[in-house]
Amino acid sequence: MKRLESIGDLDKLRESIIEKNKCYQKTITICGGPGCHAIGSEDLRTSFERELNERGLSDKIRLIFSGCHGFCEQGPLAVIRPSGILYCKLKVEDIEPIITETLVDDKIIDSLLYEDENGNKIVYEKDVPFYKSQKRLLMEQQELVNPTIIDDYIGNGGYEAFCKVLTGMKPEEVITEIKNSGLRGRGGAGFPTGVKWESCRNASGNIKYIVCNCDEGDPGAYMDRSLLEGNPHLVLEGMLIGAYAIGSQEGFIYVRHEYPRAWENAGIAIEQAKALGLLGENILGSGFSFDIDIARGGGAFVCGESTALVASLEGKAGEPRDKQHLHTVDSGLWEKPTNLNNVETWANVPFIINNGSGWYSQIGTAKSKGTKIFSLVGKVKNTGLVEVPMGISLREIVYDIGGGTPDGTEIKAVQTGGPSGGCIPNRLLDIPIDFDELTKAGSMMGSGGMIVLDKHTCMVDFARYFIKFLKDESCGKCMPCREGLKRMDEILTDIIEGNGTNGSIDLLEELAFVMKDASLCGLGKTAPNSIVSTLEYFRDEYISHVRDKKCPAGVCTALITYTINAETCTGCGACKKNCPHDAIEGVRKEPHRIIDDLCKKCGACMEVCKFGAVEVN
Amino acid sequence: MELSVVDEIVDVHKRKSWALISILQDIQKYDGYLSQEVLRRVSERMEIPLTRLYGMATFYKTLNLTPQGKHNITICSGTACHVRGSDRILKEIMNFLNVEPGGTTEDGEFTLSVVNCLGACAIGPIVVVDGKYNGKMNASKVKNLLVKCRRKA
Repeated sequence: MKRLESIGDLDKLRESIIEKNKCYQKTITICGGPGCHAIGSEDLRTSFERELNERGLSDKIRLIFSGCHGFCEQGPLAVIRPSGILYCKLKVEDIEPIITETLVDDKIIDSLLYEDENGNKIVYEKDVPFYKSQKRLLMEQQELVNPTIIDDYIGNGGYEAFCKVLTGMKPEEVITEIKNSGLRGRGGAGFPTGVKWESCRNASGNIKYIVCNCDEGDPGAYMDRSLLEGNPHLVLEGMLIGAYAIGSQEGFIYVRHEYPRAWENAGIAIEQAKALGLLGENILGSGFSFDIDIARGGGAFVCGESTALVASLEGKAGEPRDKQHLHTVDSGLWEKPTNLNNVETWANVPFIINNGSGWYSQIGTAKSKGTKIFSLVGKVKNTGLVEVPMGISLREIVYDIGGGTPDGTEIKAVQTGGPSGGCIPNRLLDIPIDFDELTKAGSMMGSGGMIVLDKHTCMVDFARYFIKFLKDESCGKCMPCREGLKRMDEILTDIIEGNGTNGSIDLLEELAFVMKDASLCGLGKTAPNSIVSTLEYFRDEYISHVRDKKCPAGVCTALITYTINAETCTGCGACKKNCPHDAIEGVRKEPHRIIDDLCKKCGACMEVCKFGAVEVN
Repeated sequence: MELSVVDEIVDVHKRKSWALISILQDIQKYDGYLSQEVLRRVSERMEIPLTRLYGMATFYKTLNLTPQGKHNITICSGTACHVRGSDRILKEIMNFLNVEPGGTTEDGEFTLSVVNCLGACAIGPIVVVDGKYNGKMNASKVKNLLVKCRRKA
């Protein structure tokens, strides 16, 4: 790779990449996102490559092993361009017919198409309901690039925004543009990005750091991972623009260790950018220098908090400090001004610069601009990553895009904001996606986890799940969080096990108040949210557990029993065969029975019964 | 592991403090845990007090101070897997292997790990055995999986 000495050199390189790619008549993009990767898309890629080579087609058909396409439920996915045909749930044996029939003969293979709920086959990706209501600003480009090939990014207009900044914008103008766009931090709190950049630029000192936070610890959320893994140069370009605006020469990407492909791909991207002279000294002959290193996290949720992340980067245990009087923009890493932004925030920056703040600020609501990527998971038909314009309602996301619950029953609630967020009940699902509206409803935007809950989710158990998670993740530095979470976990466990008393709920509320008020960092301050919101909207479930010793959702094992309805049981024997504890007796074609003493209430029988004969009380 | 390998890893990361977690993780790849001997070496080479390294090794969940089993069984307890019943599956595994999360079976064969999210929520609940993903698990399927693992071990 030859080092680029000027912006003209980069333009020439882009032209040559576009010219080179003209030889390809078609491209097939295989999704290599976290979901598809877990179910074998890597095997698909190697087989595809081999097959194309053997048939001498690799100079006519381009195979792109890309980042996440979003529609994880239907993975592994492949999209054929320019037509845009989408094939779902691929297996290695599908490769041969795809090449012969679709890539060579232009025929569509019906059996590989997406089928909607009415049984209609949909040919093109753009027509699939899952994609239709989305606004895929950040995610779309991901389908066009192999994250380990910088040429793909440059060929698709990559680093143009950075060049625009270098040639025609003063740092202050960049900051004004970001401020005008209305971009707010995507990490959760929603602080205005431009304001943060300005504070860091104005902070005293010559050495300033910028940090990309990819310590995505929210369970059930994988947007940041997908972005950094699937399009790392977009994040690097955002950071370059930020560094130029703030006046920083050194940056870090802090990535969760559990995301190996994210730090590997980001590492490859950095090396390639350095080799081309897009990172390092005197970038593109402009006199501007900036370098990025990758630091791996150690598996601590609290390190997503800015001051804890800074401590971790300094080679210490990730304990937060009080930032009420001393912000990281004034004194962060090694006590120098430090600007931290989340992966998705950085990824938005090149789009704002390229298209202008006026264009960007038209997307969204009055105070929440742009798009937001959510990881739509849980009891939802179409699990996946969805990118939607701010202002869309929760109902549109979970029903129009998500397709509702898998069994068609009513959605009970939607949880957003990760462990710091809250649950929004079905009756409030018409509220728009907006930082302030979600907070008003007792939840928060958070980094983008969106968990759909149905009637089989016990809200007390669900609240305890988050409390237990946070108890394990609390760094232990401040007392309200450390002790408060332990006591909350104990009280909730008592309730779940049928040992709750009349005072249990009052005590939870009192603890919640104190923790919110007196904890040191955001983790402790927001920790009670799951309890507060479930108590507000689902108090009757708590009361059932405490007073009646019943779990209405049939989840809390101490309060439920499984029985087989003798009238509906056909005696097929599926439950008996699948019971891991030999707790079911009966002969074929006669009603079966659960032996209470042996039953561990694992629910396996209920899952396998096709006749709904297993009941939980 | 050879202490010269520790030195090499420390040098690859240029003895930078921000790479300390990565250094410890890279060293850990060899034996599956950080022995006292290894931590002492890192402390000398990095000129960082041993107490601080010990503090880090106990604070960060990806770092281990005790030997790990030959096989690793990881269950995802992310929110999406939780609402689909991962808790019951975890109980089944604990019961079968007679081990607590984070622990290793007495015969040193299996270590049970619980992670917060694997990012493959579409196929949850997930149990990973030595890197291989097993999706859409339930209590009955996981028992069959474990019986197979035991037979192979």
